[in-house]
Amino acid sequence: MTSLPEPGAKKLGLVIDLDTCVGCHACAVACKQWNDTGVIAPLSDKNPYGSEASGTWLNRVHSFEARDEQGGFALHFPRSCLHCENAPCVTVCPTGASYKRAADGIVLVDEDLCIGCGLCAWACPYGAREMDETHGVMKKCTLCADRIDNAHLPEEDRIPACVRTCPTSARHFGDLGDPNSEVSLLVAARGGVALMPESGCAPTNRYLPPRERRSAAAPVAETGEATADAPGGFLGWLDRVLSA
Amino acid sequence: MFPARSIILFTTLSGAGFGALAWLGLLGLAGGLPDDTATALLAGLLSMALAVGGLVASAFHLRHPERAWRAFSQWRSSWLSREGVFSVATLGAAFALFLAWAVCGPANWVVGLAGIATLLGALATVVSTAMIYCSLWAVPQWHNGWTVPVFLALSAASGGLVLCAVFAWTGVLDLSPAWLAIGTLVAVAAALVAKACAWNAAAQVAPASDTPSALGLSGRAASVHPLEAPHTSETWLQHEMAYRIARKHSAKLRRIAALLGLAVALPALLVALWLGGIGAALLLTLAALAGLAAVLVERWLFFAEARHKVTLYYGAEQV
Repeated sequence: MTSLPEPGAKKLGLVIDLDTCVGCHACAVACKQWNDTGVIAPLSDKNPYGSEASGTWLNRVHSFEARDEQGGFALHFPRSCLHCENAPCVTVCPTGASYKRAADGIVLVDEDLCIGCGLCAWACPYGAREMDETHGVMKKCTLCADRIDNAHLPEEDRIPACVRTCPTSARHFGDLGDPNSEVSLLVAARGGVALMPESGCAPTNRYLPPRERRSAAAPVAETGEATADAPGGFLGWLDRVLSA
Repeated sequence: MFPARSIILFTTLSGAGFGALAWLGLLGLAGGLPDDTATALLAGLLSMALAVGGLVASAFHLRHPERAWRAFSQWRSSWLSREGVFSVATLGAAFALFLAWAVCGPANWVVGLAGIATLLGALATVVSTAMIYCSLWAVPQWHNGWTVPVFLALSAASGGLVLCAVFAWTGVLDLSPAWLAIGTLVAVAAALVAKACAWNAAAQVAPASDTPSALGLSGRAASVHPLEAPHTSETWLQHEMAYRIARKHSAKLRRIAALLGLAVALPALLVALWLGGIGAALLLTLAALAGLAAVLVERWLFFAEARHKVTLYYGAEQV
């Protein structure tokens, strides 16, 4: 049924820390690996060893160059399904293949019902869904439902593969419907935000914005030259001698 | 958005087909159908062929067309599903209309009853087709008040032009009063005005989202520019949502679509009404073809010019 369920108390989702993410793509690779070998059909690739390699990924890491009053900074931005409360990708589905689990809010695709029309991907403003061009069905982040539900896995592995693998602990998984959960407290402490709140999709996932830089002492001027005051010690002496 | 041939053909052909069915339903309801079996057969066959042809074209867009029947199930939430349900119901009503019209003539209660069902069903189908696009917040050029009126007007105009040509060939167009021709004239004019308004509105609308908002940096970063994409070559997402080629020619294509309607279809219709006979039939065939060509060009632009919010992650600053 592609009608959305009544919002439940439990809202499983991710919290992604844009301050600590270093853009290593380990989460994307772990996602690709797990979902290539898990319960869904493999995430196919097109021409994987050729010059125009392309394929289906459920998690993509973009890198941006940002600038604020403190200067420029690099921003690495992992993009995946936000498991929205008002998921438009679910309601547009004509076959019932897309659905949102009432118990925990995870948005999933039943690949046996999918006709591959692609309308759900058009409906998603975040680009979270990708067509698997080999299998002709829509793929999306499952929040590793086949890990978190799997009692055969060791306790510490019952979290999404991207969270498990992140070397800088920039990714966190938990219940964002519970105000006292670890992830909710983290969001509250760091001022976590939803992406494009104007979409009305009410995403579950939150992104933690980069922290203020520790010191404004090392801004880089437009010319690229250091503008710090003259140094002391040996370098200061050298500076004075050479300036004379 | 990528202008897929299957979807352009689908919306153009089935738009004209259901537009023609709506006119025939209206004429049946109002007792305005001509008492002529040849017209009943030809009009019935052509309008249903257009509608069904469009639906068949849409199946080519599916990666799993063998599962297409499942698309009738989610009418509670999905406009695409509703479109499927309404189109099949309308074709059923239209079949009853043509059967009753061809066998018993236009003046009987079955024609009136099937007429109203066909009219309402055809309108519901075209509205559902438009709502598939209009309901997508992620594509601002579609998500506005002009999408539904434009689809309705273009459907009534192209369907009306096709029917006028059929009625002219079977010699029943100028039965006074020529309601069909007059109605089509109004529909073509309405379509031209509605599309001009839609293009004008699209040029004026202020974008609701920018890159900082897409990245959760609103109020935090003054400027954000892409540094590195997540992949080395184009993905399905970019192919589907970030189509750019057509925009280069969009002004020229808009003029072509407008001229086909304004300078070909409209004058041909007026002259044909005055001319009558075989000359009218030839002119109206030209007008119908020009109308369909105009809708094809318009539909191509409808997709190619539409920008998706996901392009914010790929260098678009505002959408």
